[in-house]
Amino acid sequence: MDSLSERLKQAEIDEYNQLIKKIEPKPPVIKNCIWAFIVGGLICVFGQLIINFLMSNGWNQTDAGSGASVILIFLAALFTGLGLYDELGKYAGAGSIVPITGFANAIVASAMEFKREGYIFGVGARIFSVAGPTLVFGFTIAVFIGLLNILFTK
Amino acid sequence: MNSLLLAFLVGGAFCLIGQLIMDLTKPGITPGHILVGYISMGAILSGMGLYQPLVDFAGAGATVPLSGFGHLLTQGTITAVQQRGLLGALSGGVEAAAAGITAAIVFGYLAAVLFNPRS
Repeated sequence: MDSLSERLKQAEIDEYNQLIKKIEPKPPVIKNCIWAFIVGGLICVFGQLIINFLMSNGWNQTDAGSGASVILIFLAALFTGLGLYDELGKYAGAGSIVPITGFANAIVASAMEFKREGYIFGVGARIFSVAGPTLVFGFTIAVFIGLLNILFTK
Repeated sequence: MNSLLLAFLVGGAFCLIGQLIMDLTKPGITPGHILVGYISMGAILSGMGLYQPLVDFAGAGATVPLSGFGHLLTQGTITAVQQRGLLGALSGGVEAAAAGITAAIVFGYLAAVLFNPRS
């Protein structure tokens, strides 16, 4: 008895899943890719403009790169606060996620929602809900590569 | 002028790959996964010596995507290791990426405090 009703349930679930597969709209992949390419490319062009400007003012390449990151992060945090970055993200998809501006956007967007939990353990903690894992993996891999470097270059 | 075109093409290609990953793989992929994936791949490719040529070629097209941040962490670590040995493995990454990380935390916190979510 039990197995019969279970099988019936399973059949229902299968049918439902097939229906979902049929009805669910496929993402317009080509259109999304064009948007991502153009917006992401333009953000990088803006970064390059900042780097060129700073280097023409006597900054070295490393500092100019850091300076460009800082400016992009500042602007992304500002535009996320104003609600404009997420508006762009609706069209740009990965074009607004992959650049470093997407990292700043993730920090602000996830933190803003948690003001009711307070400014210390609400906002202060939630700025790391996406940034945390990102930094954890970045640092862990970098340290591991540094150790490999010690082992194999001497 | 050429540096801008290269930044556009390579940076755009990085984002296009991210979009393909989001649209064509399983639906559970969130922006957070993309960010973690890019910083990790950037750090690994950098360790294999494959990312620096891309930075030399495309400039901001390779440094602005988050994989460039992973590259920065790895290169900072390797440089520090060669100068200071074991301690450098732990200090090099943060030192190289310090400005970006601090900016992200401080500007991110201030923006989240000053603005309210719309809706």
